[in-house]
Amino acid sequence: MVRFARRTRLLRPPHFDELGLRRAFAARMLPFMVAAMAFLAALTLAGWVGAASLARHWQEGAGSALTVQVPQPKNPASQGGSRVTRVLELLTGSAEVASARQISEEELGALLRPWLGGNGERMALPLPAVIAVRLADPDTDLGVLGRRLDAVAPGALVEGHDIWVRRLSALARSLQACAGIVLLTVAAVASAVIAVATRAGLAARREAIEIVHGLGATDGYIAAQFAGRATLLAGVGGLAGALAAMPVLLGLANVAAPFGGFQPRETNPEMLATLPPILWLALPVLPAATAAIGFLTAQATVRRWLRGLP
Amino acid sequence: MIRFDKVGLGYGGSTGKVTGPEVLHDLSFDIPKGVFRWLLGPSGAGKTSLLRLMYLAIRPTSGHLSVLGIDVGEARRRALPDLRRRIGVVFQDFRLLPHLSAYDNVALPLRIAGRPEGQIRADVTEILGWVGLTKKTGERPAALSGGEQQRVAIARAVVARPALLLADEPTGNLDDGQAERLMLLFQELNRVGTTIVVATHNDTLVARHAAPALRLDRGRIVDAR
Repeated sequence: MVRFARRTRLLRPPHFDELGLRRAFAARMLPFMVAAMAFLAALTLAGWVGAASLARHWQEGAGSALTVQVPQPKNPASQGGSRVTRVLELLTGSAEVASARQISEEELGALLRPWLGGNGERMALPLPAVIAVRLADPDTDLGVLGRRLDAVAPGALVEGHDIWVRRLSALARSLQACAGIVLLTVAAVASAVIAVATRAGLAARREAIEIVHGLGATDGYIAAQFAGRATLLAGVGGLAGALAAMPVLLGLANVAAPFGGFQPRETNPEMLATLPPILWLALPVLPAATAAIGFLTAQATVRRWLRGLP
Repeated sequence: MIRFDKVGLGYGGSTGKVTGPEVLHDLSFDIPKGVFRWLLGPSGAGKTSLLRLMYLAIRPTSGHLSVLGIDVGEARRRALPDLRRRIGVVFQDFRLLPHLSAYDNVALPLRIAGRPEGQIRADVTEILGWVGLTKKTGERPAALSGGEQQRVAIARAVVARPALLLADEPTGNLDDGQAERLMLLFQELNRVGTTIVVATHNDTLVARHAAPALRLDRGRIVDAR
């Protein structure tokens, strides 16, 4: 029976607009407003993806980096050679260390210049040697490594970057949470805009709805007319918003490329490569999402309104 | 078929509560299946309200009303669309959809019922021919005269072959010839089993087509013979 009803309903002329919604349902205003919402959603989504990608990059990069400070670096070590040479030998010979490089005195001077000016050496300060280390395994126990270093050069200090990684990760997570809240807000505003347009359409076509209702149309039949129109207009708006966001997103992705470990590109086709793959998946979903919001909002609004009829 | 049992009707405000005085009081009568009834009474007697109760545009505020065997007050809201499809109504003000052609206006009840387009085309063409509007099928109501619009409204009311046909002043915009043709249509439908209730002021028509009448005055039935 249900199948028969569905089959026969398909025979209904496709452009039969008994409620006159093509003229009554905000055909320009609604897509424009939804396009603006989709544009904001695309930017927010990009922010969410960007924050997630930065957090991942920091965790992978800074999480495996540490610095080793060796006081009195040129003093002789107990096992021969200078203290800094022994420490470097131990580090480069360790399986858990991927690379170890001594920061040159010029680099060290440049790092300290904001605090000491250019006179660090002339002031004869006892500056330690600083070695930048990258670990092969970020989960290496720094306590064990510190004790081994202390054995060859007493007083050598191992300083991990995990506290900064934790802070930056927390920052990235809070940025993602903000983006999520903004995304939900944008969806709620889009839904409210569609609800207002639907109610305006209901008010404009009240008489036609009452006639069709009196002829035996069910709530589902009438709601489907509005929902079909709202789905189309919201989908078109979502598509326009996603397309408008594309160049902006490409520009932002290109600017942010170095933070993610990519090189900025100069030509448009190359810039496409800097857009994270997840955004390539998310952008086509936007028009589908706005269309779904349009369908559900119109269905709910019309059915609630129709409950006022006998 | 139709049973009124101490039915009262008062109109309410936007909250749905009855705030105004009752326009129909304590109505009790039966209309058996397959009969023809005139609904008579002076202006303001409550004829239109009584018809609105019968075509389920409103529900009674007191008493029990049963239409086509279904208790309207007790029935679930989702059961009413099916019931409405079995009732044809000719409105005093036609209530045609202005953006649709005469053909589409008449086809509307069939499309709502989900009938196939082939059957719709045959039925609508036949009924529009019967009311003499074969050459006006593509015209919108604004391009039709008052009489033509009324004939479209009549065609829409009968195209789905309803079990109950209600008409509110159906001859108001028709000349005598058209009014007679309409009465012939009603008699034909009545002969094949359609129950018909016609509200009218047209005494000549009532005299020419004698039938039992419900007489209303100030919201009360004064004669139900």
